[in-house]
Amino acid sequence: MNNEWPLWEIFIRGQHGMSHRHVGSLHAPDAEMAIKNARDVYTRRNEGVSIWVVEANNISASSPSDKGPLYEPSESKVYRHPTFFDIPDEVGAM
Amino acid sequence: MTRDEAILQFLLRMGDNTLILGHRVSEWCGHAPVLEEDIALANTALDLIGQTQMWLGLAGDIDGGKSADDLAFLRDAWDFRNVLLVEVPNGDFGRTLMRQFLFDAWHSIMLGRLMKSSDERVAAIAAKASKEVTYHLERSGDTVVGLGDGTEESHARMQEALDYLWPYVGEMFASDDVDAEMVAAGITPNPASLRAEYDALIMRVLSEATLTIPESRFAHKGGRDGRMHTEHLGHLLTQMQWLQRAYPGASW
Amino acid sequence: MYAQMIKTAGTGVKSREEMTEQERAFQDKIDADIKIEPKDWMPDDYRATLIRQIGQHAHSEIVGQLPEGNWITRAPTLERKAILLAKVQDEAGHGLYLYCAAETLGVSRDEITEMLLDGRMKYSSIFNYPTLNWADIGAVGWLVDGAAIMNQVPLQRTSFGPYSRAMIRICKEESFHQRQGYDAIRKMAEGTPEQRRMAQDAMNRLWYPSLMMFGPSDKESVHSAQSMAWKIKINTNDELRQKFVDQTVPQAEYLGLSIPDPDLKWNEARGHYDYTDPDWSEFFDVIKGNGPCNVDRLAARNKAWDDGKWVRDGLLAHARKKRTRNLAAE
Repeated sequence: MNNEWPLWEIFIRGQHGMSHRHVGSLHAPDAEMAIKNARDVYTRRNEGVSIWVVEANNISASSPSDKGPLYEPSESKVYRHPTFFDIPDEVGAM
Repeated sequence: MTRDEAILQFLLRMGDNTLILGHRVSEWCGHAPVLEEDIALANTALDLIGQTQMWLGLAGDIDGGKSADDLAFLRDAWDFRNVLLVEVPNGDFGRTLMRQFLFDAWHSIMLGRLMKSSDERVAAIAAKASKEVTYHLERSGDTVVGLGDGTEESHARMQEALDYLWPYVGEMFASDDVDAEMVAAGITPNPASLRAEYDALIMRVLSEATLTIPESRFAHKGGRDGRMHTEHLGHLLTQMQWLQRAYPGASW
Repeated sequence: MYAQMIKTAGTGVKSREEMTEQERAFQDKIDADIKIEPKDWMPDDYRATLIRQIGQHAHSEIVGQLPEGNWITRAPTLERKAILLAKVQDEAGHGLYLYCAAETLGVSRDEITEMLLDGRMKYSSIFNYPTLNWADIGAVGWLVDGAAIMNQVPLQRTSFGPYSRAMIRICKEESFHQRQGYDAIRKMAEGTPEQRRMAQDAMNRLWYPSLMMFGPSDKESVHSAQSMAWKIKINTNDELRQKFVDQTVPQAEYLGLSIPDPDLKWNEARGHYDYTDPDWSEFFDVIKGNGPCNVDRLAARNKAWDDGKWVRDGLLAHARKKRTRNLAAE
């Protein structure tokens, strides 16, 4: 049996109000130890206030070859961006 | 014994415990079973060194304006006031973590009480250290459970570690004139009064770890009053103090 | 440079005509500074070279804990002890980040560790030199980390995403390492005659091994050209070495330490210092395993790994039991 500790992906919320962000990975025998290891490995310089851990093989990822179909359609939806609209200077900030 | 003499002894006991244990734990740096543990042990050692600076810093103030470094590097073994538990060699990783757990459990209860000390300098140090030690205890406790209830080999090694270290546990609850003076002044709790809470705490963790606490209540003593340390302390100090002793007066 | 003499897989840079369509698209991405991510298609040689390079880099961080760790229990003040411990701990962290980056290429931590332990993979030559006095701790931070940073800063722009991100994190943390080293050796250089002697002694022993960290000249190397085209190597070894010498000489002068190179002098025309190359036969001896500490370093890593097996197995066995118990309870 493979006795290597599983790999965990670590997400840390840096400051109150921000989303958790992927900061890296580490090995741990289980989720509880993964959280503790993340505390010791990834918050040595006051980086975090909250930690999420996910076992790496539980993550499903999009395939790089789907890049076109997944993301390019949104490129043509320029009206979703505020700069699409001309607002007269006289109107003020909007 | 004057109040200042007693408080100095108390501060040395706290500071020497963290100094010597921090030193022992730092010996693991670069040699731990897995990188994540290596990093975690270094964090524990760093916390203990930081606490040493606070305890011995205050002790030095009272002891005629010495620095924490003077006290750490220029006293001989008979002036050290740490319990014997922290000076015994690391042994394997299991023994190191078992010792850490047995100490952390006492340390966390002690600091909790010291946060209510009538001496606000003591209370302030305890408040800062307490947060760190709460985490130490969580981590060492989980590791003791994991290894005790792990494989046959890890279980056997943890039981062996507990059997070896158990006779060093009792000293943490011993008391003498220093303690009497400190208790009277409301600065520290009576060490013996921590025992029931301690026993309940370690019983819970060690039973989850499927380990058996030895029946003997025999306790080695002689560290916290400096009467008789182990042979190991002298060797530790020869390393730790080498540069300061070989090149007196140099600044580093 | 923590990655030395990395053998680039393949036969050198292909012309666009020689490339397959996939290879051309891959190279275009790199030329456009688009990061390659783990699931993207990549040439086998790119993957193999990166595993070697990231692996050697990671191993160097881990073995690099040993020479500095050698002084943790003898640090002369509580503050120096804490700084050194934090620094050596950072090296463990850097090794960890890099092993994780290598894992995204399909080689697990345990697999790559075994390759270090049985000698299939190397680590930087510098860590086969001993740390003999306290000033060595200053010199390692100042010179060795200084040399490493020369290489690591440009590698933040490397083409492989996980490697680049690891380097960014490492560089952020590394900036304190060189400064603490310089601060420690400065205290020695400005101290008692004995302390000055230690500082000079450290300089004498570590100068050439530091220059060796960049590896022999690779200006003409076809392998190097391929790694540069892939942006997993950003500068030539000579460029980085020159930059290191130019930066370090004034720092040594400030300390009043002499660099053990009688021919070292400023060359106005080149705008650089001329310096003597290290003895490359010594370098190759060290690489082959005959450095002063090779045997001890590998023995220490093997011992930690072997002694730790029951711990890794024990904690994993507990985690599995706990999961089974939890499932049964549901």
